[in-house]
Amino acid sequence: MTHWTVTPIILPAMLAAIIVLACRYHLTLQRVFSMAGSLALLGIAAGLFWQASDGTISIYQLGDWKAPFGIILVADRLSTLMVLITATLAPLVLLYAIGSGWDKRGRHFHSLFQFQLMGITGAFLTGDAFNLFVFFEVLLIASYGLMIHSGGAKRLRAGTQYVLYNLLGSTLFLFALGTIYAETGTLNMADIATRVAALDVADSAGIRVAAVLLILVFAIKAALLPLHFWLPASYAEAPAPVAALFAIMTKVGAYSIIRVYTLVFPPDLEMTQGLFDTWLMPAALLTLAMGMIGVLGAKRLDRLVAFAVIGSMGMLLSAVAVFTPAGITAALYYAIHSTFATAALFLLVDVVRERRGGIGVRLEQAAPMAGGALVAGMFFVAAIAMTGLPPLSGFIGKLLIMDAAIDSPLIWWVWAVILSSSLVAVVGFSRAGSVIFWKAHQPAAEETADAEQSEEAEVASDPPPPASVLPMIAIGGLITLLVATTIAAGPINRFLTATSAQLFSPAPYIDVVLKTPGRVVGKKADGEEAHDKDAKAEKDDAHGAGDDTGKEGH
Amino acid sequence: MELLVASAIGALTAAGIYMVLRLRTFPVIIGTSLLSYAVNVFLFASGRLAMNAPPVLRDDVLVYTDPLPQALVLTAIVISFGMTAVVVMIALGSYLSADDDLVNAPKLPAATKNAAPTERGEAPQ
Repeated sequence: MTHWTVTPIILPAMLAAIIVLACRYHLTLQRVFSMAGSLALLGIAAGLFWQASDGTISIYQLGDWKAPFGIILVADRLSTLMVLITATLAPLVLLYAIGSGWDKRGRHFHSLFQFQLMGITGAFLTGDAFNLFVFFEVLLIASYGLMIHSGGAKRLRAGTQYVLYNLLGSTLFLFALGTIYAETGTLNMADIATRVAALDVADSAGIRVAAVLLILVFAIKAALLPLHFWLPASYAEAPAPVAALFAIMTKVGAYSIIRVYTLVFPPDLEMTQGLFDTWLMPAALLTLAMGMIGVLGAKRLDRLVAFAVIGSMGMLLSAVAVFTPAGITAALYYAIHSTFATAALFLLVDVVRERRGGIGVRLEQAAPMAGGALVAGMFFVAAIAMTGLPPLSGFIGKLLIMDAAIDSPLIWWVWAVILSSSLVAVVGFSRAGSVIFWKAHQPAAEETADAEQSEEAEVASDPPPPASVLPMIAIGGLITLLVATTIAAGPINRFLTATSAQLFSPAPYIDVVLKTPGRVVGKKADGEEAHDKDAKAEKDDAHGAGDDTGKEGH
Repeated sequence: MELLVASAIGALTAAGIYMVLRLRTFPVIIGTSLLSYAVNVFLFASGRLAMNAPPVLRDDVLVYTDPLPQALVLTAIVISFGMTAVVVMIALGSYLSADDDLVNAPKLPAATKNAAPTERGEAPQ
């Protein structure tokens, strides 16, 4: 047991505290610490990824307590992959935030950013259901602070909706966990898996309720159709770097669905039959259709990208809902791709907003923006990736998903919805792109009066802030990652196939978690008293979360 | 006892859901608080109800209550308390900056919607 497994959680947590306590008034120091921390996190994540890539499942017992009595962290292929995606995204988003000056438009950006990273990596690494809830809360409470960063009436209202919606989601999560505990008497995921497998099907009403409640909770996070209402407003109104970081948050919901429903409620389990093909698949396809129709109907570029996020989550979850190893492989590939693509788009939206001045991101014609060619080119590439046109990674992801759906009984529905919604998305994105970038020249060329007016407008409005290179480097980095995902599709796909193979044979995972020796109170191994220690550890976590709350108030 | 606890959870949840569906932030926040009380009692009951029993296991104790749900409830209380404090602050900020405390029906997009036709009307001139 090495301590490296816990460092992706400890490092951002410590850094956040240092940043908020020691360098409150030194923006440069905050930036240095935050950036160095994110780069160190990337290094650690790469190390963990390399360690897990040969199929090793390493666990970390917090306080040395043996599972299921203590909380454990598990680093297998899937968790380390998700941590690596997060750690790759974080420095680029941070670079953008620093370059564009978003981090000085309000206070505590960097510490909240680190707390957010802590919550996300914790949610990916934990092997305990209640601890998953606690990390969800950590990432949510940091996201509340980031969401309303730099304030403003519209942003605060969107923030209120976002917080209230997620409060309801957390309550639902607690109901689900209570039901699971009442039915199985444990909260360790591997332990729940063994006990659920041993349950009598005729007597499984409670655990089936818990399974449905859990998928509802994760569906809220993943913005599945009837539960997606929080996403468009909050992603569109959130500060751009925050929205780009939120690109990984919807993936936390998708990750939790994949993790819980391969480990605890595996596809061959009789009592949860039909959950995926009867409910999740139609919901995912409707999400995909609705998201792409939203892309077509959006009147503002930021809402257009937010709807594209919903559409991409629908695409991802329809691959999950196939629920075969091939489906999960395709879903994971699409998750990598869509994280970088949506992050790049959200950052580009912000660049467009800055450079267009008063008209903002409304899809209306305006005078051409400064340095529009580069922005237009980047938007073009990111939009190609997002809509899934060849040659970029979105196309490969879509191909994998359609290929995975070939054996599904709903194949015609899946293919029809994916293909037609792609067309709708292409139309939506090209309309937006042509209005903002291409037709931008028309008003200036039409009449001299118009031209004079626009010149006057340009003079009247504040001169645009000197364009910094850093934001464009950050966006360029994300686009490079998209290209890399495309070029390295073969090796990535081989790794993801191994990942889903590991997910679909959970026996080694359960063995490693439950059979690794650790501290147990007293001589008996099955004491309820040891559960007490588990509880204490969780209480400590709760205090940690409480501290976050306290800091935000300052 | 079971009937009492179950009906209390049911009543709290029903009242909470009703309040959450209101339009202004204050009743909605009250509703989420009621829901979190409901879930706390529910978590408490998930370890089975045992009267007058100690929450620790010793060699001479035969009847005891499950201590884990109590710890879970404590965690849930701390978190929901913190979250409620955050949402009160954000809702207050929203109220002070937008001058109304409606949860939905955003006034600002409606204003831009009203502004949009005039802009479109002006464009051909």
